[in-house]
Amino acid sequence: MITALTIRDAAVRRGGRLLFEGLSLALAAGEACALTGPNGSGKTSLLRAVAGLVRLDAGEIGFGGADPADAQGGGLHLVGHADGLKAARTAREELAFWSRWCGGSEAAVREAAEALELVPLLDLEVRRLSAGQRRRLALARLVAAPRPLWLLDEPMSPLDSRWRPAFAGMMRHHLDGGGLVLAAVHDPLPGAQRSLDLGA
Amino acid sequence: MRPLLALLARETALAWGRGGGPLVAVGFYAGVATFLPLAIGPEPERLAAIAPGAAWVALALASLLSLERMFERDYEDGALDLLALSPVPLELTCLAKCLGQWLAAGAPLALAAPVAAIALGASPALAPLVFACALLGGIAFAFVGGIGAALSLGARRGGLLTAMIVLPLFVPPVIFGGGALDAFASGLPWTGGFAFLGAYAAAAVAVGPLAMAAACRNALS
Repeated sequence: MITALTIRDAAVRRGGRLLFEGLSLALAAGEACALTGPNGSGKTSLLRAVAGLVRLDAGEIGFGGADPADAQGGGLHLVGHADGLKAARTAREELAFWSRWCGGSEAAVREAAEALELVPLLDLEVRRLSAGQRRRLALARLVAAPRPLWLLDEPMSPLDSRWRPAFAGMMRHHLDGGGLVLAAVHDPLPGAQRSLDLGA
Repeated sequence: MRPLLALLARETALAWGRGGGPLVAVGFYAGVATFLPLAIGPEPERLAAIAPGAAWVALALASLLSLERMFERDYEDGALDLLALSPVPLELTCLAKCLGQWLAAGAPLALAAPVAAIALGASPALAPLVFACALLGGIAFAFVGGIGAALSLGARRGGLLTAMIVLPLFVPPVIFGGGALDAFASGLPWTGGFAFLGAYAAAAVAVGPLAMAAACRNALS
């Protein structure tokens, strides 16, 4: 169980270019952090490094008491632009597969589809969905298979004015339950106690 | 176990849509059985002599068709990230992907191979062995092919690179299977070649997922 996220003196180099160095952050259970900075400043790379997909060139990442391999292999959700949804499959198939892959139960999948108002869209192919509907489909995983740490890459950007506050409510609910959120954003992140600017 | 079964079902469905499935296999072998007599002449003795070998080589080449997109699509659309962020080891994930590839692309080809061999004039007695070789060889082709597909992740012209990596590795199973078919047709002991083919397939299943998982991790980081 992830109870905290600590990043100490992290540095990431991509394609020979230093994105950031000496970056530190401590996040406790129930806290959210907004990750800001100009395009290309390394927000996505930092999220991927926390997920264990990108190697740090220096520094370390800890998850409270949890073993990093366990934390990265089933303790966190990563939602970004590349959402893993296959255009030719139906929303129902994709939601069911990813929820099951993340360990969600049948009942939880139904609950997630209702919470994100996906029920009328379930029989459509993913290619027929708008960007915002597609993002809601990707976010449904977070509800269907609860995991303590959410790593979100501009989660709100395709959502409309009704869904932004609705998703903020979902995040608040997650934080109230002891979850953690690290989100790369360009607009203010509702409910964020901390922020980290990679451009500074 | 449950996530892996869900993955296997998904991979089979995706491989079916990406160049697997019975129609592709039938179309491919219909092409082989039609073009070969046109290219080398219609004499029945000559065709019958090369029929099993031709069906076997066609299988090896046909299994290249859908390899390129085996990992590439998941890599591009982020699915590979999500598959990696799981308690399921990436090695088992790669194993399930290859099994899906085999079920959707390899098995229909294996069913069509004996039909094509007989259509070209091979003795019907050869059909069961052609089917068995194709089924076993299909496992080797899917797992060895998966290594090539994973290694060429992120490369431009990945399909070309995959073929360059994979074709030399296809040589041993092609020789073993071809040898078994040839020996059976001539009434000689054929089990040796078949056993070697089985051994190669077993080695590919054992080593392939380790190599694929390492290549995927490397591509993601």
